[in-house]
Amino acid sequence: MTLLRQAYLLLCKDLLLELRRRDSLLTMFFFGTLLLFVFHFSFDLVPERVAEMAPALLWLAFLFTGTLGLAQLFQAERENHCFDALLLSPLDRGALFLAKTGFNLILMVLVEIVVIPLFWILFNVRSWNLLPQVFLVTLLGTVGFCVLGTLMSAITLRARARELLLPLVLFPLMIPVILATIRCMEEVLRTGQIGDAMHWLRLLLGFDVIFMTAGVLIFDWVIEN
Amino acid sequence: MAKQHRGVNKRKGILGALALVAVAVGLYWSLIVAPPDAYQGEVQRIMYLHLPSILIAYLSYFLVFVGSGLYLWKREKRDDILAHAAAEIGVLFTALTIIEGSIWGRPTWGVWWTWDARLTLTAILLLIYVGYLMLRSLIEDEQRAATAAAVLGIIGFLDIPLIHMSVYWWRTLHQPPSILRPDKLPWENVHPSMLTALTISFIGFLLLYFYLLSLRYRVGEMRQQIKALRLERGTG
Repeated sequence: MTLLRQAYLLLCKDLLLELRRRDSLLTMFFFGTLLLFVFHFSFDLVPERVAEMAPALLWLAFLFTGTLGLAQLFQAERENHCFDALLLSPLDRGALFLAKTGFNLILMVLVEIVVIPLFWILFNVRSWNLLPQVFLVTLLGTVGFCVLGTLMSAITLRARARELLLPLVLFPLMIPVILATIRCMEEVLRTGQIGDAMHWLRLLLGFDVIFMTAGVLIFDWVIEN
Repeated sequence: MAKQHRGVNKRKGILGALALVAVAVGLYWSLIVAPPDAYQGEVQRIMYLHLPSILIAYLSYFLVFVGSGLYLWKREKRDDILAHAAAEIGVLFTALTIIEGSIWGRPTWGVWWTWDARLTLTAILLLIYVGYLMLRSLIEDEQRAATAAAVLGIIGFLDIPLIHMSVYWWRTLHQPPSILRPDKLPWENVHPSMLTALTISFIGFLLLYFYLLSLRYRVGEMRQQIKALRLERGTG
């Protein structure tokens, strides 16, 4: 079996589990929505200024909900020694990495598909026509987040206070992604196109490619027997 | 074995003494021989500590990267001990850099801290490697802790250029490099005794660094030995 085929099968397994239990997706979705309310009470989001603040606020929401999802990422494997069973099977561990990244990515994208339009509705953002570009930038950022997030989730797997440690090691590494997505989104919302923020988009792409490759190569060593 | 240790200790002692002398000469040159800066006056002298500190910190993080890579590849404990030792000293020198920079920034820029690119980058480095040390301390199983730390040591180092790029595009206010400039040779735009002071200071810091690293490495080795002895006697 090729790497991708293995990853695909593992991803299907995770999606099926999620479909049956819906733990992660539902908590992430409600937490994301909850954050929008918290933002409403914390900031004075008048319609004239909301477009300026939207990128930063949205990304805060995605970072927090994403971290929530990552903390649960290997939960199923931790129960009943499923991890050992998975490692005993003739799998490429890079495939495991791709599958877990893909799974978290799908969860986050599903949340984003709801939360972004909800933000537009709740805070009266007028530029509905720019949503596709906003989604594109968000998607690229989310890929970066999931790639590094999966790696960090895997190495903190056996740590004490793991839920606290994960954002501590992950967030400083995510700074290029946070900066790049927010600048790109600002540019899109201001001018209607990526234009001047093209170099940020390239940085984002570079980040995704570098750490995706590093993740697949390194994951063999991350997961020990 | 005891004899061999005495030999190692003697070499360490010599290294430590050399470091002490070099740092002392560097301080003398920086504080007394070199002239005060034409614009900034006396406060500029902090640069003789500031620049070596950050260079040492980067050297440390590079060693963390090398030790981490070697550990994942060969699984030898000594590479992990090296990475751990280098990370601790790297954090120390990064913190020193930020403190020195603050002391210099207050009279020069009027603020202790500003979100300039280089300052931000240094602060992020500190956060990454403090995270590295926390990760190590929060995993009980030593081998797992070493593996996890090695992964972070590699990923963190690979991330540095990207963080560097992003915070630079984001903003920069730090004064441009005054010594390694593209348009002039180093000795053309800086007073020669300033350059000498900086060089001596850097050598002093380098010696001090390797002295601290060797001590810290030895501590790591001794921890292993104690653990092995305890296991032998069944009291571990």
